[in-house]
Amino acid sequence: MELTLAIAIGVLTGSGVWLLLRPRTFQLIIGLSLISYGVNLFIFSMGRPRFGAPPVLLTDGAINPADYTDPVPQALVLTAIVIGFATTALFLVVLLVSRGLTGSDHVDGREPR
Amino acid sequence: MVAEIPDELLRRMTDHTSLLLLIVMPFAGAVAAGFLPSNARNAEAWLAGAVALGVLVLTSACYPAIAAGGAIRAEIEWIPALGLNFTLRMDGFAWLFAMLISAIGFLVVLYARYYMSPEDPVPRFFSFFLAFMGAMLGIVLSGNLILLIIFWELTSIFSFLLIGYWHHNAGARDGARMALTITGIGGLGLLAGVLLIGHIVGSYDLEQVLASGDQIRSHELYIPTLVLVLLGALTKSAQFPFHFWLPNAMAAPTPVSAYLHSATMVKAGVFLMARLWPVLAGTEEWFWIVGLAGMASFVLGAYFAIFQQDIKGLLAYSTISHLGLITMLLSLGSPLGAVAAIFHMMNHATFKASLFMAAGIIDHESGTRDIRRLSGLFRFMPITATLAMVASAAMAGVPLLNGFLSKEMFFAEAAATHQISILDTAAPYAAVLGSAFAVAYSIRFIHGVFFGPPPLDLPRDPHEAPFLMRFPMQLLVLACLVVGTIPGLTIGPFLHTAVTSVLGPATPQYSLAVWHGFTLPLMMSVAALIGGAILFLSLKTYLANCEEGPPVFRRLKGQRIFERAMVTVSWRWARFVESQLGTRRLQPQLRLLVWIAFAAALWPLYSLGLDPGGVTWAESDPAFAAVWAIGIFCALGAAWQAKFHRLAALILLGGAGLVTCITFVWLSAPDLAVTQLLVEIVTTVLLLLGLRWLPKRFEDNSLGLVTLAAKLRRLRDLATAVAAGLGMTLISYAVMTRMPPATIADYFLERAYSDGGGKNVVNVILVDFRGFDTFGEITVLGVVALTVFALLRRFRPAPDSVESPEQQRVQKAFDEARPDREAGDTVSDYLLVPSVIMQWLFPVIIVFAAYLFLRGHDLPGGGFAAGVAMAAAFILQYMAAGTIWVEARLRVLPVNWIGFGLLFAAMVGMGSWLAGYPFLTSHSQYLELPLVGSVPVASATLFDLGVFSLVVGATVLMLIALAHQSIRRLRASRIAAEAEAASEAA
Repeated sequence: MELTLAIAIGVLTGSGVWLLLRPRTFQLIIGLSLISYGVNLFIFSMGRPRFGAPPVLLTDGAINPADYTDPVPQALVLTAIVIGFATTALFLVVLLVSRGLTGSDHVDGREPR
Repeated sequence: MVAEIPDELLRRMTDHTSLLLLIVMPFAGAVAAGFLPSNARNAEAWLAGAVALGVLVLTSACYPAIAAGGAIRAEIEWIPALGLNFTLRMDGFAWLFAMLISAIGFLVVLYARYYMSPEDPVPRFFSFFLAFMGAMLGIVLSGNLILLIIFWELTSIFSFLLIGYWHHNAGARDGARMALTITGIGGLGLLAGVLLIGHIVGSYDLEQVLASGDQIRSHELYIPTLVLVLLGALTKSAQFPFHFWLPNAMAAPTPVSAYLHSATMVKAGVFLMARLWPVLAGTEEWFWIVGLAGMASFVLGAYFAIFQQDIKGLLAYSTISHLGLITMLLSLGSPLGAVAAIFHMMNHATFKASLFMAAGIIDHESGTRDIRRLSGLFRFMPITATLAMVASAAMAGVPLLNGFLSKEMFFAEAAATHQISILDTAAPYAAVLGSAFAVAYSIRFIHGVFFGPPPLDLPRDPHEAPFLMRFPMQLLVLACLVVGTIPGLTIGPFLHTAVTSVLGPATPQYSLAVWHGFTLPLMMSVAALIGGAILFLSLKTYLANCEEGPPVFRRLKGQRIFERAMVTVSWRWARFVESQLGTRRLQPQLRLLVWIAFAAALWPLYSLGLDPGGVTWAESDPAFAAVWAIGIFCALGAAWQAKFHRLAALILLGGAGLVTCITFVWLSAPDLAVTQLLVEIVTTVLLLLGLRWLPKRFEDNSLGLVTLAAKLRRLRDLATAVAAGLGMTLISYAVMTRMPPATIADYFLERAYSDGGGKNVVNVILVDFRGFDTFGEITVLGVVALTVFALLRRFRPAPDSVESPEQQRVQKAFDEARPDREAGDTVSDYLLVPSVIMQWLFPVIIVFAAYLFLRGHDLPGGGFAAGVAMAAAFILQYMAAGTIWVEARLRVLPVNWIGFGLLFAAMVGMGSWLAGYPFLTSHSQYLELPLVGSVPVASATLFDLGVFSLVVGATVLMLIALAHQSIRRLRASRIAAEAEAASEAA
């Protein structure tokens, strides 16, 4: 399972980096989204996730921390998801405005010679 | 005995207060002067004059203490951690300078009152002037070298502001900039030098530094220290080769030239050299550097001065020359030389300030400063002319005037042998030569301006200046005379105090008498006077018509060299570096970023190596692997299709997002799964809305024609991407197969319920433990939403995406072709059943959002997820019925949601202040509600409500703003069409 997840993170990041280096703004936005999946999963994996141990307490009394996965990376990723959404929206709008202004969807705002 | 202690204490307190007042008064005056109305010439002059006079009186009052006790000090703790104190210290030398600064300052204020025209903004002038006075007093009174540097820089800055006072004049701006650049560079050098001194001595306190002369001179860092300190002093005193800023600074108003650029600021350099003379002087390096700079400035400055046509230019070069004389005297390293230097500093200030005032009067009353145009002014302004003649004679070193006395001492020192070297052998000849030049330019000034035939076509009719404008000059010239005839009775004791304070026990025997008999120095003086007169007579006709500047050297202007150097450094080199290292293209920048990130990740791996993880990994779950096979397919597909098939890429991206979401479910992160799912929906809708405005791009079949360069580029990017992917795989695998270290997770898990009152630990972390971070994050979210909104308000689509999409056109044509259908019917018929269901879902989703919100503290859910769900409810309505239909029935005010959310969250946070706890401290308890049952009520839940509200507002605002673009365009085109129709009808 760790290997699967690690490969998944690698593929998501690699596809994202490939798109990041492409010339069209839409490719860039897709690339950034893919990278953010990869990075979110990467941060999440820092908490050694496993099956069936969500950090939702079952008892009111004393608990054994070993029964639950690490909640900290999850809290980090939760905020990252929301902020990722915001930056995607911002980037999309900048992309559209730039395209309206320059007439080109090249990342440099003009077609290469 | 008992009575003495309070006396001593009282005296020290008085010293303390007076020293502080000396610094504070001018700066306070500067602030006050800045606030006076712009036409208050008299009030400004009264204020500035009162401040200068106050400083003068206070300084004189300090003299008894200094004459008796050596030095008075005031010390305030400044940065105790660095051992720095705000120390003021006045000894005899500082006292003499403080007197000079305040006395000449007072006279210049009086003069400036008449010099400045009513149109000039005088508050600025007097404000800067007083601030400069404060800075200059600060330099001479600093008891700490760091403090001295601060005041030193302040004088540079105020000098810059005063030279550029008439900033409508390009010459003033350039002169100001040049002066600041040169003295600023020197100031940096001085700072470095002082830091080295501090390093060697271990203290910046002046007294300690002065006591460590041997230590500094024998230290291995002595030469760098010396060079750096001298860089500061020589630039400030306009010494060769940094002299050229001073003539350009003459663009300043004449009172400024008289005060800053002859009497005080340029003296700061020689002041510093004299101040640190006991510490730095006496070595061969000092002798050579200071001696060469001084001799070159002395001879060349005087030579250049002869050929100036502008009176102020002549006086500026003469100032360079006289400062060179002082520098030369200091270079000798003999105590008698230092005495002569200090004496000449005072003498030069008196006669040069009065000469500048004369130049200002001539300029003011006749309208020009060009010696070629001026002539025979004696008959119009006899008093000014007489005063200027006496001052010039002092400058030339004519007996019975103060300039003669110090020049005699200079000749005596130049003739004496100090170090056996060429420089020392050359010194007497250079001294006579320079003095002869000084005689020549002094005669030229007087002869050219005041004698000869009456002037022709001057801009103004020349006449005598008002009494009060001449008065400062009269006083200064009187001082020249009195000091020149009875030096022992006037300046003698004060000079002695000053000299003793610099030289201490090394103070030599010297005599201030006017007549020493027929000695070698007298012969040298006579030779210089006769030689200068002959030189002037032989050059007279040439000078009357020649260009500005000396022959040969005319072309070699320091100014031009400086400007060329500035252009080279700040323009050519900067452009070169930019063209070599910079790019405006995004792709190389991003590529570099990826490479740097890769290298940064690789570096520790390379230097520390990778141990195999000790932990056996959990068995691979085939179902999980299968899910990720789909996910990997989606990710690669999205990367493959993003150029030509945007919709496909978007769907594939959603697929990868869903697989990520499933992973979260699988691996015990229900909160993440819920949030990811909802955000995935909203993101997809957002990108779908944006697709409409992107240019059409069709996959052409020219792939075979791709150039080799493009292929190589793609290959390089592919290699980068593969490397990045492999690296991430390696790192995450390495981390996951290792035992986790002890983390703060246990703390949060144990305290979540007892301290935070919630069982969903992730939510408790977000809204309670790390509530402040969340608060910052929702602020960012709100800001982003408003930015999106603002950017879209001005959105202009590209011309090729303005037209309606094909589907809309087909539908419209269909409606128009049928008489029984109205325009827009097809759109509303389209997907009728799903849209009804979507409308019915509105309340259902709202309840779902409320459910997510309420359970959030104990079970997966929470403000973020609930907010996005609520936003989805709104969006669904827009999708089902169209923007116009929804907005006719539902008032959605997303900005209010954002504002409410942020304010509410902040107020909940501040609420804990009422109970005496820090911001965002949470309180929790359970509440029994009818029907619902036991509900956790924590103040954190209220905070979460703010989060919820803001997330709803921000998400809805972004989506609606984008969705509105289609309607806006339609509306705009409809209005345009109607206007066209109306104009056709008319």
